[in-house]
Amino acid sequence: MTEEMIIAGFGGQGVLSMGKILAYSGIMQDQEVSWMPSYGPEMRGGTANVTVIVSDERISSPVLTNFDTAIILNQQSMDKFENTVKPGGVLLYDPNGILKHPTRTDIKIYTIDGAKLASEMGNPKIFNMIVLGAFMQVKPIVKLENVIRGLKKSLPERHHKLIPLNEDAITMGMKNVVAK
Amino acid sequence: MSEIKLMKGNEAIAEAAILAGCDAYFGYPITPQSEVIEYLMVERPEDRTGMIVLQAESEIAAIHMVYGAAGAGKKVMTSSSSPGISLKQEGISYIAAAELPCLIVNVVRGGPGLGTIQPSQADYFQSTKGGGHGDYRLIVLAPASVQEMADFVEDSFKLAFKYRTPVMILSDGVIGQMMEKVIMPEQMPRLTDDEILERYGDWANTGKTKLRERNIITSLNLDSNVQEAHNIKLQAKYSQIEENEVRYEAINCNDAEYIIVAYGSSARVAQKSMAMARAKGIKVGIFRLISLFPFPKKEINALADRVKGFLAVEMSAGQMIEDVRLAVNGKVPAEHYGRYGGVIHSPEEVLASLENKIIGG
Repeated sequence: MTEEMIIAGFGGQGVLSMGKILAYSGIMQDQEVSWMPSYGPEMRGGTANVTVIVSDERISSPVLTNFDTAIILNQQSMDKFENTVKPGGVLLYDPNGILKHPTRTDIKIYTIDGAKLASEMGNPKIFNMIVLGAFMQVKPIVKLENVIRGLKKSLPERHHKLIPLNEDAITMGMKNVVAK
Repeated sequence: MSEIKLMKGNEAIAEAAILAGCDAYFGYPITPQSEVIEYLMVERPEDRTGMIVLQAESEIAAIHMVYGAAGAGKKVMTSSSSPGISLKQEGISYIAAAELPCLIVNVVRGGPGLGTIQPSQADYFQSTKGGGHGDYRLIVLAPASVQEMADFVEDSFKLAFKYRTPVMILSDGVIGQMMEKVIMPEQMPRLTDDEILERYGDWANTGKTKLRERNIITSLNLDSNVQEAHNIKLQAKYSQIEENEVRYEAINCNDAEYIIVAYGSSARVAQKSMAMARAKGIKVGIFRLISLFPFPKKEINALADRVKGFLAVEMSAGQMIEDVRLAVNGKVPAEHYGRYGGVIHSPEEVLASLENKIIGG
């Protein structure tokens, strides 16, 4: 199994953290992982993206132009990455703020109302975990228990009390992903 | 075995330096390597091993602090990215001339000038052919993974002390910024003053001159005959390095008809191109350079007897290709491919170039 994905959106949405949690979860499952961020003059409100690869084999290029999955969280990223999804691949997006919806017919398209659900749950910060849950429902490459183990490992002890909230957010995402 | 961590290449270098028993780090922040000094500042190695971490007022100050500390027989390092490494060149030349060990890390970004902060491999000439003035060489190691970023730190210190010469880890923005799994080595103790005196007392300025002649560390010889003799000695050392320290990884080269020569992140990209080529029935191998100086001349020359062509893939306008061509020596075609100025070539572009320039050409 090799999953090559791009997660793209605004800085501050938790794009890089979501990728990091996926990478940690892969490690928990004894897989090879790579996490390659866009870096540079990015900031809150600017664009941010990260390429994450989770694989059973040694990973060659950490930098890719085509992806099995694109998780897209703003219009700029939709413009940039819709066409980079491999035929038959997955495009998962939050329709909030998307004006031009994806039009490809050779890929599987899913939506998750992440921003709306996060605000309903009373914490906009769990947005990325809702989206992660939606991805895990569509492509169960990482197990929930391994995500939780990954969170425990990556978060400092003082934040461990937030893990149940994150787990709820993931479950919320899993339940609310919609196939287009 | 120590636990598996997920780290950026830059962080791995910093942690590995602490674990290697490094005595001091002197640096100045610059993207895309700032995580090295950032990690060290947060991690406070002075509490763990007594290692000193100092943000100097400039790159030039930092490299001269390295010069001074290296002269005291200490295990010292600095890191920067391309424009910062250019600033350090005067100091590097002095350190090479004075025959002192140290580690210099360059996480390369696109140039020339201030350029861009995106990844590049356009500092190959600067690293392997000199950079500063005079006839000197650095030992240059090119990691292609976060694990190698960690592993090459102690390797570099060993080489630096073995040959009493500066060693450079030549990385780039991709390897510096990406996160991968990494297993860290065990903590090595820092040497005590007595141990330094015992091991390096014949050249280091330890401040303890009792019972021995004073050591003089200088790069200045006004008598040109003395300076020529010093140069001859340096050249003998570089020949010895070329004889003993060549490092590379040959991936699928045994049955290969075409070879991609690459290092660092380009070698990673090229491995994907190789997989794509092999899926199409094209027998491609990768000759991944680990030591850029010494360059594996003999090995590439020997490969040239049994393959149809070489493609040198590097994120530059064509620098390593010159060494590849010298090694191939006209036996078969050797061409260059690379995007540059901060653009990373895709696996598809590398494969297309191989097909157009070498297989079709």
